[in-house]
Amino acid sequence: MRFWDGYKGSSFMELLDLDFPQLKPELGAWFASTGELPPTAHGTTCIALRWAEGALVAGDRLATMGYQVASRDIEKVYATDAYSLMAIAGAAGPAIEMARLLGIQFEHHEKIEGEPLELEGKANTLASLIKQNLPAAMQGLAVVPLFAGYDRRRRTGRVWKYEITGGRYEEQEFDSVGSGSIFAKESLKKSFSTSATREQAIQMALLALTDAADEDRGTGGVDLQRAIYPRLKLVSAAGIEDVADDEVGQVYQEILANRRRPGA
Amino acid sequence: MSFPFYVNPEQMSQDKAEFARKGIARGKSIVALEYDQGVVMVAENPTRLHKTGEVYDRISFAGVGKFSEFDRLRKMGVQWADVEGYRYSRDDVRGKALANVYSQVLGEEFSRSMKPFEVEIVVAEVGDPELLGHEGNSLFKIGFDGTVQDQMGFCVIGGSEGNLQSHIESNFRKELPLADALRLGRDALQRAENGSPDLPPSSLEVCVLDRSLLGRKFKRLTQDEITSLLG
Repeated sequence: MRFWDGYKGSSFMELLDLDFPQLKPELGAWFASTGELPPTAHGTTCIALRWAEGALVAGDRLATMGYQVASRDIEKVYATDAYSLMAIAGAAGPAIEMARLLGIQFEHHEKIEGEPLELEGKANTLASLIKQNLPAAMQGLAVVPLFAGYDRRRRTGRVWKYEITGGRYEEQEFDSVGSGSIFAKESLKKSFSTSATREQAIQMALLALTDAADEDRGTGGVDLQRAIYPRLKLVSAAGIEDVADDEVGQVYQEILANRRRPGA
Repeated sequence: MSFPFYVNPEQMSQDKAEFARKGIARGKSIVALEYDQGVVMVAENPTRLHKTGEVYDRISFAGVGKFSEFDRLRKMGVQWADVEGYRYSRDDVRGKALANVYSQVLGEEFSRSMKPFEVEIVVAEVGDPELLGHEGNSLFKIGFDGTVQDQMGFCVIGGSEGNLQSHIESNFRKELPLADALRLGRDALQRAENGSPDLPPSSLEVCVLDRSLLGRKFKRLTQDEITSLLG
């Protein structure tokens, strides 16, 4: 039996590599052989920021394929375990697969070793996944995630950004990735405060996403007709909280009210 | 040219079985019981090396005997479950299939290798009335030679199984609250020949599969939780 005399470590990715190579996604090799990239879905703007009690990760819901809409209600913010969040921008296929693998990897390690990885270890695990995706990234399937979580050892929220080489940089305040990220960052630069409360953090995040959607055609804002709202997740000592659509909708209405032209 | 000695297969199997039983009898017992919210596992274990563990969303594991052997089996189960869940879906990882995998491995090792495993294990799975076809809980007991038993209500492995079995049999009923199930488990363990007659919460290792939890149903109870449940 393969499991019995197979891999004995605590990494799910190494287990796949050594004992189940047929299950590993090998996008890089495929594109290297065909040399061309078919149209694929791309996710747009995501942000991550620190607030007084932890971190917040948010993303719009639009995926585009060139100039067309690939999906109006894609999920870009994932809880990878009880204290960490990942947001994806870039090629949606490999990015979602990466989030799934990362979640399994964290859980696998926790079950095998009896203890979860430290937040720093989780951030490094994601870096190695991105590094493995480099061949596909060179073909145009770059995955550029944000990673954030609550560090239970240091009792604080932490945020990391990545580049396609697997480079990993910790951010002290906030960061954004995706097509509308310039505008989201400009917005956050003005509203940001590390001592923000939960409500202020939600406001900052939604304001940044609204600004990004305003200026960037690839970023989806709030779709009131279909009731599709950006996804906001908070992480703190208490774990992960999904901000309800109702609350997001309310904050959005306030932003809209401030921007309404007289007579409109 | 030399020939290997002839060994009667029946004799060899008996010898191996006796050897395995002796090894298992030296260890402390573990009890797994169904309660109104799922399945609880109770082990006498004052150390921090666990004998029970989470395998997957609805599946837990317990092993008695040689630590290195049952812990390797536990890890193998986690690997199997995570690969199955990755290959298909989380809902496709089932306790019965895992019990079969264990049965194959233990059965093969028993007949092939000189030294059989000195272990007995339980695979527990919590059901849910909402899940069509998976309403009930399952408890599978797998022996050192790969025999599988599908047990109803409760399951005992290790040391002086007989004493414990009869105590639980006469006191067990369906839909026990967690505190009662835990107390019954502890009382049974206290009847073990090699156990101590008065087990404090600090020498108990308790974990549950609680169907009311969101997502992963496995939870290890803390010292405080065990103390307050035992009352």
